[in-house]
Amino acid sequence: MKFVPVNKNQVISAPLLKQGKCCAVPENAINSENEINELKMLPYVEAIRKTPAGSVPRVKVKLSLHDRLEHFKARISAFRMNYKVKPGLYAVGTPGSESDIFVTANYKMSFDYLRSSLDGVNGWILVLDTAGINVWCAAGKGTFGTDELVKRIKISGIEKCVQHRRIILPQLGAPGVNSAEIRSQTGFRVFYGPVRSYDIKKYIEAGYKADEEMRSVKFTLKDRAVLIPIELNSVLKNFVYFIIAVFIYAGLTPSGIIFKDSIQDGYSLFIAGLCAVIAGVVIMPLLLPIIPFRSFSIKGWITGILLFTILNNRTELFSSNGGYSEAAVMILFPLLSSYLALQFTGASTFTSLSGVQKEVKFSLPVYVAGILVSFILLAISKLSEWGVL
Amino acid sequence: MKYFKDSKTFCFYKDKCTGCGRCIEVCPHAVFKLQDKKAVPVRADLCMECGACARNCEFGAIYIKAGVGCATAVINGLIRGTEPVCDCGGSSGGCCG
Repeated sequence: MKFVPVNKNQVISAPLLKQGKCCAVPENAINSENEINELKMLPYVEAIRKTPAGSVPRVKVKLSLHDRLEHFKARISAFRMNYKVKPGLYAVGTPGSESDIFVTANYKMSFDYLRSSLDGVNGWILVLDTAGINVWCAAGKGTFGTDELVKRIKISGIEKCVQHRRIILPQLGAPGVNSAEIRSQTGFRVFYGPVRSYDIKKYIEAGYKADEEMRSVKFTLKDRAVLIPIELNSVLKNFVYFIIAVFIYAGLTPSGIIFKDSIQDGYSLFIAGLCAVIAGVVIMPLLLPIIPFRSFSIKGWITGILLFTILNNRTELFSSNGGYSEAAVMILFPLLSSYLALQFTGASTFTSLSGVQKEVKFSLPVYVAGILVSFILLAISKLSEWGVL
Repeated sequence: MKYFKDSKTFCFYKDKCTGCGRCIEVCPHAVFKLQDKKAVPVRADLCMECGACARNCEFGAIYIKAGVGCATAVINGLIRGTEPVCDCGGSSGGCCG
């Protein structure tokens, strides 16, 4: 492989810093003394390294128990919405003027995966400001993008730290980055590394080449399983509105809402809602490859209707409130599973925009019709319970 | 795992391709293969329209209406009458993590 060095005189060194106006100094330029003292205190920083670009924090390559606990928290809760590192330049090992530059997002988990894959490597880490979003999602939004990379190269001072002009990006950053544009604006030639950071050393050993395996995104059972808690978390946040609606409906009598009826009759609807969530958010993602059809909404409906058919055959749960209510449950809740399964397209690694648009187009009318029919059935059920019908 | 194979917005202009191999490098689903010094989209039905190849093709040989295959974003877009909008950066639980 041939690296074409750019004439160093052509490289404008940190032009943004030398305009003499206070406001021209960008937010994450060379670290000030105060910032260095703050960075020094961070648990993942082991030392401060003097470089031609100023003081740069040197990061640890081993993840601590604390890091792992944070990763766990980020997998289950909204904690990850503010799980960030400061954008800018970091060092790993004892990098010099010929060391590689690795780029990542400022989502702490992305940053952690990268640094923990660089054990024994001397290199530079350039963290882009992606608002705390991971590389692939940020590339899709464009925040892990050409403009941000150009800006970060210029203000980080990395140009002064290295003689070469090559920069290694995670492959999944490619949807946001125009490599030709980076070359013409900064002189740096973009190399796309592997998809998963733990392949980086293999990639370097292979002469900066990734094979098809390293380049391919998968969606294994484990990949899908780790996504379930956060999906469940966001659905269950809205579940309280469902519970309120169910208990109001179940307790409704001509003389007001009777709490005793709420519990007795609402119980089965509550269980039905919970089962629909489990079918759409837990079972469907786990069994994704073996459930027939390509459409996520159909997969979700199949999962839901199977679960509800089994429950209805084995228990009296849904038939105890009469035939109309039972029919409503069998129509409404498998459709809820379907809707929730459809949302999983966003977490999956292989669905396309045009495919999802097509799927939404045929599913939404079915959902609306299903809701209307089942609400009418529930109303009839209620009225016959009151003896009106 | 495969998604729908039709209704793709994927276009490949073979005459513009120089066989540089950039698209092969960036594609997460190995859609392209190099054959006779040209990239050939041998598995176009696996394309997820992330747009990485189109954005990184210096020769304009690939067109894709890039976007994220996320139902939440598509439905948000329908409700607001805009292009698909992803809320993941906001306060909601969202799909990105």
